Amino acid sequence: MANATTQTDIQQSIVQQQKSEQRKKQILNLVLLVLLLLAPAVMYPVFLMKILCFALFAVAFNLLLGYTGLLSFGHAAFLAAGSYTTGYLLSNFSGLTTEMGILVGTAAATILGLGFGVVAIRRQGIYFAMITLALAQLVYFFFVQAPFTGGEDGMHGVPRGHLFGLVDLSNNYAMYYFVLAVFLGGYLVVQRIVGSPFGQVLKAIKQNEPRAVSLGYNVDRYKLLAFVISASLAGLAGSVKTVVFQLASLNDAHWHMSGEVILMTLLGGTGTLLGPVVGATFVVNLEYQLAQGPLGDWVDPILGGIFVLTVMAFRSGIVGEIQNFMRKNMS
Amino acid sequence: MSDPFVLETQSLVKEFKGFVAVDDVNLKVQSGHIHALIGPNGAGKTTVFNLLTKFLIPTRGKILFKGEDITSMKSAAIARKGVVRSFQISAVFPHMTALENIRVALQSFEGNSFRFWKSGESLNKLNERCMELLDSVGLTEFANTTTVELAYGRKRALELATTLAMEPELLLLDEPTQGMGSEDVDRVVELVRKAAQGRTVLMVEHNLGVVSKLCDRVTVLAQGSVLTEGDYQQVSDDPRVREVYMGGTATKKQEAAE
Repeated sequence: MANATTQTDIQQSIVQQQKSEQRKKQILNLVLLVLLLLAPAVMYPVFLMKILCFALFAVAFNLLLGYTGLLSFGHAAFLAAGSYTTGYLLSNFSGLTTEMGILVGTAAATILGLGFGVVAIRRQGIYFAMITLALAQLVYFFFVQAPFTGGEDGMHGVPRGHLFGLVDLSNNYAMYYFVLAVFLGGYLVVQRIVGSPFGQVLKAIKQNEPRAVSLGYNVDRYKLLAFVISASLAGLAGSVKTVVFQLASLNDAHWHMSGEVILMTLLGGTGTLLGPVVGATFVVNLEYQLAQGPLGDWVDPILGGIFVLTVMAFRSGIVGEIQNFMRKNMS
Repeated sequence: MSDPFVLETQSLVKEFKGFVAVDDVNLKVQSGHIHALIGPNGAGKTTVFNLLTKFLIPTRGKILFKGEDITSMKSAAIARKGVVRSFQISAVFPHMTALENIRVALQSFEGNSFRFWKSGESLNKLNERCMELLDSVGLTEFANTTTVELAYGRKRALELATTLAMEPELLLLDEPTQGMGSEDVDRVVELVRKAAQGRTVLMVEHNLGVVSKLCDRVTVLAQGSVLTEGDYQQVSDDPRVREVYMGGTATKKQEAAE
């Protein structure tokens, strides 16, 4: 019976530890929230919104790469699906409120994600990546050819409209706080998912798929659900981005964009919640800074170099390396 | 109950592009037995295992579990029915704690695993059962250790505990003592014996010492088909068995005898 008491002790200490980690996470969330609330006082809101949109995109992508172990090379398609759908709706139906346009754009990306997922999910590793890439290219050519997208020119002058028909979003500050709310919502959703029973199964699948199968999990269904959620949030990022910049363009659908989100996620740290946010902030900033200076034509090679350096020397990314460092030196 | 055989295969065949890896295997595993599948390297033991758990699709033949035809079922569905396997290379979730490893198995029956909106704390009610299972394999103090940091023997013990969490009726163990020192081997033998209470075990095993200690019945495979079957004494006295082990793989026999 002495054994039973140690068992309960250990159990309690585990629950305690969970709680203290939970608290740490909440504190971190709070710090992030305060920083983002104050940010427009020191930085240009449109630039901040760009960061937030890409951060949400990368957070969505990381749900797959970091927590499910699936490398999609076609996430641009979902960004673009959200982007074009919302752009088209807001441009053509003036009665539509902004949030409806965004919701329908997100729904379009979700459905597209379901289609991609059903086709691709049975394949693994490089084959999965290639199928998602191929499908995303199909979507790209659709957006080039379709009559309503404006082809090479894209859609311009998408009205920002009124949120709930009330708040005028043409004001950059109003727009910023709306984007911030959407971003935080998406971030918290992913945080919740990762910690949920479903998230545990995703982790198990990532770490040892055959074992997960032998424990009775139909892994394809779990992967599909993760894929659809990820596509949905990527679409949300695209929809919001269109409203911010009043623009939907082929850039969003190009495979270059699929590569960029991989870069952001790896650079910030896969499998950490904050990693993709930091990665997106870093990349967007760097692109902006370089474009200002004399190195404007060198953006891609410089990003490429950083990418190589990250993969070779800092596998865990910025946030991952910081976490490792803290773990080593603080415990 | 009525059917004394938990698992039965009928004329099981697996061909890989013309190479017959498993040839007309009729296997009957009696309820409550610890049944060993032995044979020299390349005899098709692991292939049979993979067929039984649907990690490979049989070319021909039938697999029956408690009289029910499970030939066309999927791996995950079979696991839910109570046929759970372990793997040759230790199969754990390396970046989860020992407790979480087992919890993932228990969760499989909770029916809440698609609930991505639920808090992770809802899983804590499974902790008690996890601790019991960890205790049964002597891992209590490692409950909160990340699995990758556990020694090899402990990983295998954890794997067994995870498998037992599934409450399998039929436990399939693929070389549970592979790559272990003699101390660990003895521990695993005890664990398997304990685990086998109230259930049936089919194991692939190279270590004949382990087989002689544990198993009620032994099936010898050679070149994809069943050579002979019987209890350990019968099988080890069979001259044909000696021949397949000695002929060409004499060293194997010596190794196994140790």
